[in-house]
Amino acid sequence: MASITMDAAGSNSKMRDHAKEVLITGFIVAMLAVPIVGFHITDVTGGVGLALRFKEVAAAAIVAMLGRIGLIMMREHIALMLVAALSALVAGAIALQLITGYQFPGDTRLPFNDPVIDWLIVVVSIIYAIRAAWLTSHKTGTQESREKAMDQIGAQVQKLSLLLGPILLICAILLPMMPFAGRRLVDVATLVVTYIMLGWGLNIVVGLAGLLDLGYVAFYAVGAYSFALLANHFDYGFWICLPLAGLFAASFGVILGFPVLRLRGDYLAIVTLGFGEMIRVILLNWYEVTKGPDGLSSIPRPSFLGMPFKRFAAEGQETFHTFFNIDYNSGHRVTFLYYVILAMAMITNFFTMRIRKLPIGRSWEALREDEIACRSLGINPTNTKLTAFGIGAMFGGFAGSFFATRQGFISPESFTFIESAVILAIVVLGGMGSQVGVVIAAILLIGAPEFFRELQEYRMLAFGAGMVLIMIWRPRGLLAHREPTMHLGERRRWFGLFGSAKPATQSGGAPGS
Amino acid sequence: MAYFVQQLINGVTLGMIYGLIAIGYTMVYGIIGMINFAHGEIYMIGAFISIISFLFLGWFGVTWIPLALMIVLIVTMMFTAFYGWSLERTAYRPLRGAPRLAPLISAIGMSIFLQNYVQLLQGARNKPLPPKITGSIEIMEQAGFTVQLSYLQILIIVLTLILMVAFSTIIGKTALGRAQRACEQDRGMAALIGINVDRTISITFIMGASLAAVAGVMVTLYWGVVDFFIGFLAGLKAFTAAVLGGIGSLPGAMLGGLLIGLIEAFWSGYFSIEYKDVAVFGILVLVLIFRPTGLLGQPEIEKV
Repeated sequence: MASITMDAAGSNSKMRDHAKEVLITGFIVAMLAVPIVGFHITDVTGGVGLALRFKEVAAAAIVAMLGRIGLIMMREHIALMLVAALSALVAGAIALQLITGYQFPGDTRLPFNDPVIDWLIVVVSIIYAIRAAWLTSHKTGTQESREKAMDQIGAQVQKLSLLLGPILLICAILLPMMPFAGRRLVDVATLVVTYIMLGWGLNIVVGLAGLLDLGYVAFYAVGAYSFALLANHFDYGFWICLPLAGLFAASFGVILGFPVLRLRGDYLAIVTLGFGEMIRVILLNWYEVTKGPDGLSSIPRPSFLGMPFKRFAAEGQETFHTFFNIDYNSGHRVTFLYYVILAMAMITNFFTMRIRKLPIGRSWEALREDEIACRSLGINPTNTKLTAFGIGAMFGGFAGSFFATRQGFISPESFTFIESAVILAIVVLGGMGSQVGVVIAAILLIGAPEFFRELQEYRMLAFGAGMVLIMIWRPRGLLAHREPTMHLGERRRWFGLFGSAKPATQSGGAPGS
Repeated sequence: MAYFVQQLINGVTLGMIYGLIAIGYTMVYGIIGMINFAHGEIYMIGAFISIISFLFLGWFGVTWIPLALMIVLIVTMMFTAFYGWSLERTAYRPLRGAPRLAPLISAIGMSIFLQNYVQLLQGARNKPLPPKITGSIEIMEQAGFTVQLSYLQILIIVLTLILMVAFSTIIGKTALGRAQRACEQDRGMAALIGINVDRTISITFIMGASLAAVAGVMVTLYWGVVDFFIGFLAGLKAFTAAVLGGIGSLPGAMLGGLLIGLIEAFWSGYFSIEYKDVAVFGILVLVLIFRPTGLLGQPEIEKV
């Protein structure tokens, strides 16, 4: 009897705690929403006015409280079927209204008058329903076991990447020849591969050498502008400018890196960020050379072995389509550009994979792990970091000159801090140092939003929220799994094969002895 | 001479605003060793809340400036503090003990999120606020150029100084300040002796956010125009100020802010206004090369 009353008291105080939690959530959300959501600064003639949106504030607070209740019930395993059923009901009801336009009696839609927010509620409700249903049959694992499971997936993907890499590459090569591949798809694919290349380039700096570079876009800009300027002033073509642009960007990286690489991580981050801004400001204001905000245009397109992709050839030239005796198609150039960037990206990848095995690559990774130990082993930290910085910058420069030739027009607008943040996000979300991770993150972050152009205004919002959520869920990146490149005590595989072969020869030789 | 004095006044005013934001950076860096990348966004939100509160008070006919200003300051500090607290709760606390880059990335994500959140809800156009505090004192006149010290500039300088003294007292004298300094030195040890580390860190974020909110109010009054993108550059410069003064040091942040403000004012006054940001970052690089701990910072001892 006593124990029952104790239980009742315990559950009572528990209930009170839960109620408190829910109310606090509602309060906080309301407080956050009141100033920014609740009031709208409207433009009126001769100044600004205010409009009220308190219905939206109330809706946000109520939705947040309901969500919290669901979370608590899932956490405490209370009436999970009810949570699942209710969430499914909400999702179904809102989705029905959105799809068919049918209006339930009473105002059941959120007052935001925005289908995107309604769809967001649908998606979250579906997640709730699935999770609650899943929890009815499973005990929830601890954070640690979930981490471990994801780590294993990361390790599996790493192992599979020997197989996955070529498959992805073949898919990438075949992509433009697929019947469903229109010009738009190839265009998006080109963009994604550009970011993959940038990600791989930055991966050398951030993933391998462990230097946080927030101004990578500066090298991208240097590559693009040096190509555009060389082409405009000296009439050089893409293929001559490409190595030159890389060279410029690399020397730029070395000059930049020399003073700042002695600094510790965070300072380095902020200084590179400052440099990125400086480059942009200079590009914007040095009108005589860079044409400022007007940008540089009439950048030449790349040619195929000297044959341009034009309908009509210039004097003494042959165009691509007349040489191969095919009809002119403006899509040829798009496809060609795609293959160019694919080849450049694969070179970046191959270079990174090989340099990891060289002494310089090994010292990058060693430096990332422990700088003091490296110094005591006689590695010169500044020079080692400088090579990483320079090589990373070089690939940024290559990608930049490709960007210039693809767009045909560049202006400082394309080289804002957001670009640096996106590239860094690709590297970090993919799992630093993981080449396959970069590919997956680039497809997720660049490819997926491209197909939701209609939601343009929500793109960056979702992008920022996604960065936060993925970091909370997987702080070391989606596919973080660090395979040591060298093993101590354990034999490498082919030695293992040798070892297993040896007894056979010995036993073969035994009768003779 | 007169021109010089005018630039000096402008520079000090600007420097006070940067200094207030820089304190937020320096406090957070001191206590969790992370750059709070979204701090500039908090300041931007503070500026928006202040413009909304001014308009709201205008509805009710509260036009007596001292009263309106008091209410706006308090309301803005309170609501912005909620943003600072939520920022810590969502982007930093779950990542305590994670690899060093993870909180930085989530803070960058938060900064992008907040920028677009305000842009979506309030529109991308910049929001003007008619000048609230007008009038000025003429200090000196020379060759047809009068040096003016506006009441607003006096207000900004005095308010900043009051807040500086108040915050120094809180950190130097109160139990809360002792807890903060203890967490700064060793979080594990502080927890062992009974300090609620999580709460102390939350309060640090709240304090930083309220100071950023004051800076937001000042900027709204000073420039009279606000948009969703002001947080990025101001945040960057305030961070530069914090590093310049020596990160982790409160007087250092103020000194750094003053120097940055002066450099910016003199550079735009005497050289070119376009390259003032380049000058600021140039100074940052020079400081980091020749004195990486900043002007008032303590060198960090590396233990093996």
